[in-house]
Amino acid sequence: MSTAAPVEVQAAAAEDAGLAAIFRGRWEAFKGGDVGSLPVVVGIVAITLFFYFKQSIFVSSVNFTNLIGQMAGVTVIAVGVVFVLLIGEIDLSIGFVSGIAGVVVAELQLPGSGHQWPGLVAIACAIAAGAAIGALQGSIVAIVGVPSFVVTLAGLLIWQGVILKDLGTQGVIGIQDKQINDVANYVLTKNWGWAVAIVFTAGLAAAILGTWLSRRRAGLPTGNPILTVARIVFYGGLAFAAVHVCNHARGVPLVGLIILFVVVLGAYVAGRTTFGRHVYAVGGNAEAARRAGINVKLIRILVFMISGGMAGLGGVILASRLNSVDLTAGGGTLLLDSISAAVIGGVSLFGGRGRVSGALFGGLIIGMVSNGIDLVGYTDAVKFITTGLILLAAVTLDTVARRRQAAAGR
Amino acid sequence: MNATSPPTLELRDVSKSFGSVEALREVDFEVRDGEVMALVGDNGAGKSTLIKCVAGIYSIDSGQVFFEGNPVTIHGPKDAAKLGIEVVYQDLALCDNLDVVQNMYLGREEHDPIFRLREAPMEQRTTDTLKSLSVTTIRSVRQPVATLSGGQRQSVAVARAVMWNNRVVFLDEPTAALGVAQTHQVLELVKRLGEQGLAVVIVSHNLNDVFEVANRITVLRLGRNVGVYEREKTNQQEIVQAITAGTPAAAEAEVVA
Ligand SMILES: Nc1ncnc2c1ncn2[C@@H]1O[C@H](COP(=O)(O)OP(=O)(O)OP(=O)(O)O)[C@@H](O)[C@H]1O
Ligand SMILES: [Mg+2]
Repeated sequence: MSTAAPVEVQAAAAEDAGLAAIFRGRWEAFKGGDVGSLPVVVGIVAITLFFYFKQSIFVSSVNFTNLIGQMAGVTVIAVGVVFVLLIGEIDLSIGFVSGIAGVVVAELQLPGSGHQWPGLVAIACAIAAGAAIGALQGSIVAIVGVPSFVVTLAGLLIWQGVILKDLGTQGVIGIQDKQINDVANYVLTKNWGWAVAIVFTAGLAAAILGTWLSRRRAGLPTGNPILTVARIVFYGGLAFAAVHVCNHARGVPLVGLIILFVVVLGAYVAGRTTFGRHVYAVGGNAEAARRAGINVKLIRILVFMISGGMAGLGGVILASRLNSVDLTAGGGTLLLDSISAAVIGGVSLFGGRGRVSGALFGGLIIGMVSNGIDLVGYTDAVKFITTGLILLAAVTLDTVARRRQAAAGR
Repeated sequence: MNATSPPTLELRDVSKSFGSVEALREVDFEVRDGEVMALVGDNGAGKSTLIKCVAGIYSIDSGQVFFEGNPVTIHGPKDAAKLGIEVVYQDLALCDNLDVVQNMYLGREEHDPIFRLREAPMEQRTTDTLKSLSVTTIRSVRQPVATLSGGQRQSVAVARAVMWNNRVVFLDEPTAALGVAQTHQVLELVKRLGEQGLAVVIVSHNLNDVFEVANRITVLRLGRNVGVYEREKTNQQEIVQAITAGTPAAAEAEVVA
């Protein structure tokens, strides 16, 4: 203890000091296993450069708007996955739960079937169906105590079966409802696109400045003001750049706005509310959470509900994109892509660590790889192998980070 | 300390079994405001079990719990907290992935009407509490507790228990993992809690520590209460005797049973 004292004094003095000290602190944390968002940023840059040299159209405004549409379903589902991983559980049913939502939305809008409901009502029902399935599965996990791996594996089979049974005879349901098809296909006008960027940046600035002010009022260290402003400028700039690029093509797709909304809402719930805090606590040490009076069972059930609900919304987006649902709804690589997106985005499979924004970055990386490989004309085989390798790298990084942190902890 | 008023917390005839293991057998126990009660006994004597029963972690099989003379039932940690009973657990109940502030407020976060966390006041009060307990080695209250040393973690756990305006504080082997200086600090802290008028229960295997801070000593042996001793009127030898062999009276009771 006595030998460590000078270092501690130094560190305490460094708090709130200049940028150099902050970067030194970041570097220390990095060596201690907290790699932050660096791998994701490096990955996105590397993938962009690679495909750009293979096929320059990869970096174009048209392809960017296409990419947003392609990554939307997986990204939205991955937001739900983040919550499930944060409490240290897994949900393998999300693929076919999203398929169920697609079937629900398609069935409810069917003209002449007696239940031709307005699109928005059908969408709400589809999301609610996903959430209800999540609540059911979550209750079995939380109350009965069956491992989530098994419960949701059973769910995977059951919901796939339900989809096959429902679509069995006709095999496909077309979607004619405009509201439903708009979800994935509507494009905002240029001015609405700018409005989105402005609202996003203003909201971000308000949140960051609000935190800054309340800390200052309480006499707490507020961090470096330059970095605070830099954060607003950086993320706000990204939003404006994205809108600019989209407006260069057809405009900002509505799904882009949906992604943004879901990710921001999810990040807010996870990071700034008591519920989110309890989610992290359950994932970090469920027994400690229980002793602290947190209703662990309720948290688990709610998290599976979120997972199911997000899968439902993702299923609506995917159905809307195809203007139909068929027997493959929710199948293929959807499940694994969604879980991979969360993990690649830095969410730990061991529970308690990660951020909702990871779903966005992971979804982006998976979407970019898939989009680029299609553009270059490689086969699906290459796509699977590449995605698999990226996933492996992400999980390895997570495991190494955990070991490093455990080592640095003593 | 007023012996005529009812004890702050009292257990009567409390039993608790885990399958065939009788962890507590008809145990009586009490602690009063302003006193430090030590709870001692061999490994497996039932000390932690007694604490967890009072904290609402386990439900008792039979017997009664009284708070200030009124019978109470404690169904969960929330009930215990409502009565003002706080526990520092032997197996530290901290979340490694959360930072110091988040752990201090775990389950009792300050929030506005729409459940938005109020981080600033929580951080401020955490800093103040740690300062008032002279916990000075923690660099930042925003670092995850996984990065703290064993002693620092223990300090956080103790600080969490005393941050709320409690009536009864249980500390289950709070100094087991600590070095000499930090042990001294925690013991000072325990004494101060008693002087502030709280009812304090401390579990320890170190009789030197026990005799330094406790006013009274309750000895558990194989799940039974074998005696309550006033520190002024006993010595370590007698306590060791009670821990290992029980008292003559208790031995008789065992034979009868
Ligand atoms: N959750 C449990 N399930 C089954 N048996 C238990 C459980 N908790 C405690 N026991 C048993 O109850 C008895 C008392 O255990 P307890 O932890 O209360 O002892 P203790 O006095 O705290 O011991 P130590 O000094 O080692 O901490 C032991 O025989 C133990 O094996
Ligand atoms: Mg114990």
